[in-house]
Amino acid sequence: MAKIKYIEFNGTEHEADVANGLSVMEGAIQNDIPGIDADCGGGMSCATCHVYINDDEWFRKLPEKEMGEDDMLDQAFEPKSNSRLSCQLIVSDDLDGLTVHMPEKQV
Amino acid sequence: MIKTDVVIIGAGPTGLFCAHQLGIIGLKCEIVDNLDKIGGQCIELYPDKPIYDIPAVPKCTGEELTNNLIEQIKPFNFNFHLSDRVQELKNENNKWLVKTLNGKEFETPNIVIAGGVGSFEPRKFPTKSAEKYDGKSVLYSIKDKTIFTDKSVVIFGGGDSALDWAIELSNSSKVTLVHRRDEFRGAPASVQKIKELSDNKTIDLITKYSIKDVKGNGSLESVEIKSETGESKVIKADYVLGFFGLIMQLGPIAEWGLNLDKKTIPVNTENFETNKKGIFAIGDICTYPGKLKLILSGFHEGALAARGCFKYARPDEKYRFEFTTASSTIKDRLGVKE
Repeated sequence: MAKIKYIEFNGTEHEADVANGLSVMEGAIQNDIPGIDADCGGGMSCATCHVYINDDEWFRKLPEKEMGEDDMLDQAFEPKSNSRLSCQLIVSDDLDGLTVHMPEKQV
Repeated sequence: MIKTDVVIIGAGPTGLFCAHQLGIIGLKCEIVDNLDKIGGQCIELYPDKPIYDIPAVPKCTGEELTNNLIEQIKPFNFNFHLSDRVQELKNENNKWLVKTLNGKEFETPNIVIAGGVGSFEPRKFPTKSAEKYDGKSVLYSIKDKTIFTDKSVVIFGGGDSALDWAIELSNSSKVTLVHRRDEFRGAPASVQKIKELSDNKTIDLITKYSIKDVKGNGSLESVEIKSETGESKVIKADYVLGFFGLIMQLGPIAEWGLNLDKKTIPVNTENFETNKKGIFAIGDICTYPGKLKLILSGFHEGALAARGCFKYARPDEKYRFEFTTASSTIKDRLGVKE
């Protein structure tokens, strides 16, 4: 279980306890947190669960991107070097306290 | 005006299998899709990726699945209307009048929405200033490449479309290719070619930059790009091209008076009808308690929706359940000779 903080583009903060094994994307969807669309449902075949990890230390601590994630991020709305697809961030106790920022929009 | 039993919106696997089920029970349908090819997300998003959860098919790619479904509905000779989008629905005397973007018209008692997550559209630049040049000098696809001859063209993107057009246009235009990172997702041979063209100064290659603003006075004059570290550059541009892949937009479906739950359409699980009589929704676009976004669920939903359509298409007949293994009527429809 990990407490994940989701911050919308307008600054609205949401916190959710997300069970281990779920993705950060699923944590948002299951808790009705706006700002993550996840059109493809977690298949890494769209780029609508895009988030920024603004904290450098957290960004480095996350599991590395697998092949294809950066390719999908090329197709996201305003990708940056601290962008991740939240469907690829699998929750474990290690992620307790992670904060993700949502972009202005997903599509 | 084309009269038919069913109009299917979406030629993905769910729409295709629903068409098959309609053919089996003796109904006609017309299939409309916004893409220029059949297959939906399977063909657009993951043609080469293996799928492992199609019942009785241990492994197949999106393209193979699509080709097999096309083969499966071939006996019925249904019409496809590709690169077109259903725009308007109107109900008259229990019939739906359907109009497409390209001006096609259908009259039908049934519409099956198998629209996935909506229609595919190119992702556009996030900059507001690009909007007023949209379709004129800011483009997301190319119809006539001769307009770029001897012009300054700035291309954004790192995939095959961006690379292929940068290579192609470098023969006749002043090309600048801008991408947000050093790696490209295009084919290795194209990436190699781009590096050669950049090394011999045929094109300008700028990485780790993205668009900031487009500028002009009536006509486009330049594009400003920015790096994440705060630097910016201004490049002379007659045309700006963006190739950031496709996004899915619900589009006109949102305006037909259907109940919506976020981007999905609630249905009953008896026949997958929506809140509107004669409009059914199946596949990723429908929602109900326990919904799974699996292709196999879409197949099941399509089979039941087809039976739902029968009631309105043949109000004076009683639907009779038959197996394909046993029914001679179905074998006739499939053109099977024994």
